[in-house]
Amino acid sequence: MAYLAIKNLSKSFQNNLVLDHINFEIEKGTFLSLLGPSGCGKTTTLRLIAGFEHQDEGTIHIGGNTIDTLPPYKRNIGLVFQSYALFPHMTVGQNIAYGLEQRNFTKGDIKKEVSKALEMVQLTGFENRKPRQLSGGQQQRVALARALVIKPSLLLLDESLSALDKKLRVDMQIELRQIQKEVGITTLFVTHDQEEAMTLSDQIAVMKNGKIVQMDTPQNIYKNPVNSFVASFIGQSNFLKGRIKENSQFVLQNGSTFSLPQQDYSLYNQEEYIISVRPEKIRVDQTRPSYPHIQGKVKFVTYIGNLSMYLIEALGHDIRIQQQNDSYRDQLKVNDEIYFSWNASDQSILTE
Amino acid sequence: MNKKWWLVSPPVFLLISFCVIPLFIMVYYSFLSDGTTGHLTLQNYLNFFQKGFYLKLTWKTISTSLLVTIICILIGFPMAYIMAKVINSGKNIILIAIIIPFWTSQLVRAYSWQNLLRDGGILEIILRKLHIIGPEPLGILFTQTAVIIALIHIFFPYMVITIYMSLEKMDTSLIEASKSLNAGPFTTFWRIILPLSKPGIISGSILVFVPSLGVFVEPRILGGTEGSVIGTVIEDQFFEIYGWNFGAAVAFILLMIVFISTTVLSKFAKEEV
Ligand SMILES: Nc1ncnc2c1ncn2[C@@H]1O[C@H](COP(=O)(O)OP(=O)(O)O)[C@@H](O)[C@H]1O
Ligand SMILES: [Mg+2]
Repeated sequence: MAYLAIKNLSKSFQNNLVLDHINFEIEKGTFLSLLGPSGCGKTTTLRLIAGFEHQDEGTIHIGGNTIDTLPPYKRNIGLVFQSYALFPHMTVGQNIAYGLEQRNFTKGDIKKEVSKALEMVQLTGFENRKPRQLSGGQQQRVALARALVIKPSLLLLDESLSALDKKLRVDMQIELRQIQKEVGITTLFVTHDQEEAMTLSDQIAVMKNGKIVQMDTPQNIYKNPVNSFVASFIGQSNFLKGRIKENSQFVLQNGSTFSLPQQDYSLYNQEEYIISVRPEKIRVDQTRPSYPHIQGKVKFVTYIGNLSMYLIEALGHDIRIQQQNDSYRDQLKVNDEIYFSWNASDQSILTE
Repeated sequence: MNKKWWLVSPPVFLLISFCVIPLFIMVYYSFLSDGTTGHLTLQNYLNFFQKGFYLKLTWKTISTSLLVTIICILIGFPMAYIMAKVINSGKNIILIAIIIPFWTSQLVRAYSWQNLLRDGGILEIILRKLHIIGPEPLGILFTQTAVIIALIHIFFPYMVITIYMSLEKMDTSLIEASKSLNAGPFTTFWRIILPLSKPGIISGSILVFVPSLGVFVEPRILGGTEGSVIGTVIEDQFFEIYGWNFGAAVAFILLMIVFISTTVLSKFAKEEV
């Protein structure tokens, strides 16, 4: 069995099924992000693991042992809350020492561990400050140090970086990841921010309505989303809904037809499919190419410095295309007639 | 002078004319030998401090108020905690149930307690039915116990509500953080919940302790011959004996006790939060 194994975990609040038979396993040292829109059950999953709520069904194993019957204070799980939850009446040093005191460390050992933990989060010399005298990012670090100093078997973070402003958040992401790797701690990180999940994680579990829709590495999820929800939640994508006919013809719902890139489509039957293509995977030609393509007209241009986003009108749909602004490539202008296409390996054929 | 000052002048005027001036008049009376005319003297204060009777009464008043305060904390804290952190629904109903007695006159409540607590009264009947007491009479009415019960009933809403507010304000994730750091329920209570609700407990204590010092209705109606406290002495002096000068002196001493205890308690609240 994997280091952390969640089996058939279910939880309802007042007959409202919030977690619906969740299953996942991760190996020791893995950084897993639970990613999903607000209300999909991420926090509930963490609270079940931490022991603040109890599941209706299912089991949680850490290191091969079930923790289902243990109260929160015996689970040995480190927690970083979104609000940091630093004890306001204690100094930074006392906050970090708190967990060690519960484990009957000697005074000397506590002192040593606290200063090591502060050094790890680059807050040496802040022992005697009160939490309210720290900035948001510093409080965040104290919370992390406090959770890690007890050497927990698992680290849980619930939207812990969301309260920070953008720049600080990115710095903290990098720092968090570095510390996590250094300590080698198995980590479960909850977020609704896909960029954050991509930056930090070894694995991402995308959740929706109390279920895990897809769990994989960030690269695989981005490249091979299992459905349009995942494709649109992680990054942007163009979706074309229709049926695949013989000769690689694709008939959209509105009746317009185009040729799909070369590939074996015999596996696909007569049902409706959704073709998903990322905006940056689309190739643009200004003269008609010989390979399968679609003709369109530029409707709107957004310049983002190194990139440009184009909104293309084609097949009665709005198609988004993203291009690098290279010196050898001309910027497209509104009303330009263009021809676009993509490689078979860059499209996902989805059923929902 | 700043023009804005005039905005607060009506309340200031009211405060001065109906609160500060009467207070000074009272203090002045307390130094007069007789009525509104006599000569200046310290005799009223000497009378108080030289008689063991009054000192004992002072101690009794303080200890009773202290006991009422402590019992209010012991009952009020768990109640406030349950309301703030345990239950999700029904808080408002409990709050209303706590506040409703406020709308009844203190006098009416005192007489109700007389009925409940008297020998052969409702409490005695219930306790006997439950076999908690034997055939002997209850014997609570006209004792200090009856007074304490009534005072707790009157003042404990202040305690519950102030503690409730401080617990409600406290982030529940602090309790969870403590538990996640391997602290059991007892340690969590002692090191996190209690220190963080200290300001609430202390304001509640001031709101219970201070008015308990000055009560006279309950001791009269429920305390019988044992009932005298400083409050009843003052009332007697002003309304029965017309010893205004001594009455004013005792009232001023009570005010000093209030002032000192409030200061000490507030100091407590400010420490290390
Ligand atoms: N203690 C609770 N009582 C009732 N409903 C709850 C409780 N906790 C969470 N929920 C509900 O469960 C759903 C999932 O919540 P949550 O796990 O917090 O979502 P997320 O963290 O993904 O935003 C939400 O609809 C929320 O309203
Ligand atoms: Mg949440």
